[in-house]
Amino acid sequence: MTTASQVLAQFAANGVETCFHGRHINPQIYADLNGSNWRLKDYEARGGYQALRKILGQDGAPVEDGKAAGMTQDQVIAVVKESALRGRGGAGFPTGLKWSFMPRQFPGQKYLVCNSDEGEPGTCKDRDILQFNPHIVIEGMIIAAYAMGISVGYNYIHGEIFASYDRFEEALDEARAAGYLGDNILGSTYTFQLHAFHGFGAYICGEETALLESLEGKKGQPRFKPPFPASFGMYGKPTTINNTETFAAVPWIIRNGGAAYLACGKPNNGGTKIYSVSGDVELPGNYEVPLGTPFSKLLEIAGGVRKGRKLKAVIPGGSSAPILPADIMMGCTMDYDSIAKAGSMLGSGAVIVLDDSRCMVKSLQRLSYFYMHESCGQCTPCREGTGWLSRMVDRIEVGHGRPSDMDLLNSVADNIMGRTICALGDAAALPVRSMIKHFRHEFEHHVEHKTCMVPAYV
Amino acid sequence: MIEIELDGKKVEAKEGSMIMHAADNAGTYIPHFCYHKKLSIAANCRMCLVDVEKMPKPMPACATPVSQGMIVRTKSDKAIKAQQSVMEFLLINHPLDCPICDQGGECQLQDLAVGYGGSASRYEEEKRVVAVKDVGPLISMQEMSRCIHCTRCVRFGQEVAGVMELGMSHRGEHAEIETFIGHSIDSELSGNMIDICPVGALTSKPFRYSARTWELSRRKSISPHDSTGANLIVQVKGNKVLRVVPLENEAVNECWIADRDRFSYEALNSDERLTAPMVKQGGVWKTVDWQTALEYVANGLKQIKTDHGAKSIGALVSPHSTLEELTLAASLVRGLGSENIDYRLRNAEFSPSGPSEIRWLGTSIASLSKLQRVLIIGSDLRKDHPLFALRIRHSGRVGCSVNAINSVASDWAMPVANTLISDSRNWAQALAEVASAVAVEKGVVAPVAVASEVAGDIAKAIAKSLLGGERKAILLGNAAAHHGKATSLLALANWIGEHTGASVGYLTEAANTVGAQFANAMPRAGGLNAAQMLAGGVDGSLKAVVLLNTEPEFDSSAGAAAAQALGTCQMVVTLSPFKANMAFSDVLLPIAPFTETPGTFVNAEGRVQSFHAVVKPLGETRPGWKVLRVLGNMLGLAGFDSESAQDVAAQVLKPNEAAPGHLPSAVLSNATSATVDLAPSTNAVVSASIYQLDGIVRRAASLQLTADAKPPAAREGVAA
Repeated sequence: MTTASQVLAQFAANGVETCFHGRHINPQIYADLNGSNWRLKDYEARGGYQALRKILGQDGAPVEDGKAAGMTQDQVIAVVKESALRGRGGAGFPTGLKWSFMPRQFPGQKYLVCNSDEGEPGTCKDRDILQFNPHIVIEGMIIAAYAMGISVGYNYIHGEIFASYDRFEEALDEARAAGYLGDNILGSTYTFQLHAFHGFGAYICGEETALLESLEGKKGQPRFKPPFPASFGMYGKPTTINNTETFAAVPWIIRNGGAAYLACGKPNNGGTKIYSVSGDVELPGNYEVPLGTPFSKLLEIAGGVRKGRKLKAVIPGGSSAPILPADIMMGCTMDYDSIAKAGSMLGSGAVIVLDDSRCMVKSLQRLSYFYMHESCGQCTPCREGTGWLSRMVDRIEVGHGRPSDMDLLNSVADNIMGRTICALGDAAALPVRSMIKHFRHEFEHHVEHKTCMVPAYV
Repeated sequence: MIEIELDGKKVEAKEGSMIMHAADNAGTYIPHFCYHKKLSIAANCRMCLVDVEKMPKPMPACATPVSQGMIVRTKSDKAIKAQQSVMEFLLINHPLDCPICDQGGECQLQDLAVGYGGSASRYEEEKRVVAVKDVGPLISMQEMSRCIHCTRCVRFGQEVAGVMELGMSHRGEHAEIETFIGHSIDSELSGNMIDICPVGALTSKPFRYSARTWELSRRKSISPHDSTGANLIVQVKGNKVLRVVPLENEAVNECWIADRDRFSYEALNSDERLTAPMVKQGGVWKTVDWQTALEYVANGLKQIKTDHGAKSIGALVSPHSTLEELTLAASLVRGLGSENIDYRLRNAEFSPSGPSEIRWLGTSIASLSKLQRVLIIGSDLRKDHPLFALRIRHSGRVGCSVNAINSVASDWAMPVANTLISDSRNWAQALAEVASAVAVEKGVVAPVAVASEVAGDIAKAIAKSLLGGERKAILLGNAAAHHGKATSLLALANWIGEHTGASVGYLTEAANTVGAQFANAMPRAGGLNAAQMLAGGVDGSLKAVVLLNTEPEFDSSAGAAAAQALGTCQMVVTLSPFKANMAFSDVLLPIAPFTETPGTFVNAEGRVQSFHAVVKPLGETRPGWKVLRVLGNMLGLAGFDSESAQDVAAQVLKPNEAAPGHLPSAVLSNATSATVDLAPSTNAVVSASIYQLDGIVRRAASLQLTADAKPPAAREGVAA
């Protein structure tokens, strides 16, 4: 096992590469990466594009009598359904089901979009996938496009990650040159054009309809739903949008079968998941582990709580997920259902660890400011409410809180929840609700004593 | 149709419509801000959240489609709680300056805050302040802190006016409605944004801080400018017009009016109003009483008739005058024994048309919103007829192919499929090319041989466009009506219309162009036409001229030359609400503008719209019909004994039972038997720019400060 000093040395040498440690558990996406083996030939050496060859019937597998070589669209979707792959972007929607919603016989252009607008604070998994294993996303998208009969795709890459965007463009060139992308892929009749698009850095563009607006060249503001993108998406055409990690999981599933993928995780939660572990741990980084791995195990491979301090709380799924106190968290396994049962959500898999030196008011202040800053301003509850929340938390933090503030915070958060066009309103309200639910005494201490309950920051 | 349950009532709703539409039809009010029946759905204010059974969250009524058996509760606890919370959010950053806000008393936010707002605010943080913006002379964006970001104004620009002048920049709390980097708002329809703004963020600059809305009396009227005949509500305080807003009439102006209709009222209160009769004696203007002035005119006319014969007397009348004024003016001239009366001051060609050939739109105004193919010839559509342009733009949004023949490519703020640019002198040739392309496509003989034999590509594209689709129109604009080869254009348009199934009509210029024809305010056999009168008659034969509501220097094709020619007449009598024609008139008689007299306008589609005076005449001003009636009496003419304006109108407008409120369809016709002449016209085409159309808009101070009022750069032959 690498030590912390070795990881830090690696950081110093490579910048921000945080996924080349040997502490993943049964990795699929991050397997065997070292930072320089991202090229096509390396990916092929790892078994890359075999899944594509398999569905096209070019993998040399024996063909049964009376059957066509390769896999049909329905077969691909059936395998993905069997794998219980769930959307890795945050909502955890079953991917196979989403693919089956795509109108098969639509007369006109359909689009496939990869959501690489990874803006959720704490999340950095897609960045590393794009940068160190870009072909796995390309292959996953080609397979998805094949399954849904789509000929044009876009990868919308977050505006603040430049190296990943450049890397992905380079990988696209390689794939095109090798005949994996473009007209008549690998000599078949199947065609798929894939383009990369560099966003502008707004958090809201990670919301799928805001992403589509931005991709169309407009201001990134969510659309109201219905209609959903499956019927009215990019340029008003049927569109399927999946997260980068979701696409990256697909080649393994096709190669090894849905049942094998499901077996890696636990029922209804197939496969591995990448967690971006940050905060007060010894070895922050991206960790790919099977779904259902206990949180305690994840904390252990991330080096444990920093400086041996006591775990106070964990935000298990990115900044918009409700915070859970240590005792609840230590009893959880890291999968969609377990975290939901505990009252939070797995979200994008950004595990933010807070030790006992952290002030919850200060933490919430930072989160609330973020949501005020990133609200698109389109609909009333979010535009006005996020600012209200942020100002109130600010006030409590600087010692101007009132005893009634906690109830007011709860009430305002409740008034935002479920009344906005997109989920950003909920994302702003949930941390407030959960912080006050679990750490109300810290807020009260702030109001009463005009100072933090915890000692000075470390 | 499907059935939903709304607050316990069974309600029919069209499939695919929204809960809001169903509620509207059922008469159930759901509070809302961003929803507007004429605009696309934004669902951003969240005020219309209602409780829909089986839905965990409250749903926006404006954006939730109905489904069979849906159960909707608009007043359940869940709905009311959601609406109250949205109202609280809307108010936290709103300045609550209702006591000084122009919108106070007619503010949607204020009204709904009564029902859904709290009596005290729970918000104790700092309020947002939004920077002041200067966007031109018509709209005030002084208090943008009041804005609730409903984006109605943005959507109006994109969807109705055709230009996105306002947008929402920045995001979150910093989101602001503003123009692109400090530009002004220059749309000719911009004032409508003031109406649709549900709060006091966009207010009328000319009206600002001049009255509280509840002090205003609201009176119906009709716009005296273009031929739409927009229905108005004129708002009055203390015998002064302070504001004009649209009166909704789906068949005419929907819920919109042009800025010209809205802001021209400023002229009615201007210093240029003529408030007492004046007579020029020894080159000096003297204010006199009515008796003196009228006797002067009557005696003068009698003397000139005796000295030079009746044919030396003529009248130039404005098509912006009422039907009553025009009828009496025509009776006066004819009573004196002359045929010299004309309203066509900007025309270049004066071919006779019969009494049953009143030139008109050729179709209904409402049908302009449903066209699939249209060809517009010789019009600056957007500026000449803002509200017709609005309807055609709407057609374009749902797939209408718009074609144009024009001398310049002007921006109509709508997609134009084909524009045939041609020097105005050669429009007949251009239209003939289209006709010949139609003839080739249909395999019929073209109406005239086109010199080039082969029509140009654009002409072919226009022909092809007109041959496709259904619901088509060919529309001749102001410049085509004023054209030197106007009848050739009409004959060609008729031929194309006949072979493509398109209706053919004129986008008539003025509020009462159709009415002027109906009142017979043009010369019959032996009379002088407008151009001849503007030249002082034939060899100076014109000795006395009555100018009704018109200023030939600005309102005619002759321009400044008219002043010189008319100056040589023995007597020029001007009837006008303004101190006009001072240089060459001998008598000025103050007559009432449209707000101070009852009257009738007949719009482009032949719709007869009467209106009452909304204020008392200013000073010694008198309604024009009364002045003309007294003059008729003093001259001892028959037929000048009507007791009221309604009597005058009733005499010309025989009851039309077939279509009440319309001219009889038998008299409306664009047919012509004229032969087509393709020789280039020798006259430059004269048409007025948007804010030079008539005496009222020319004196409307704020309109004259707009970008549209600046001298046109690229239009040929624009008067003044």
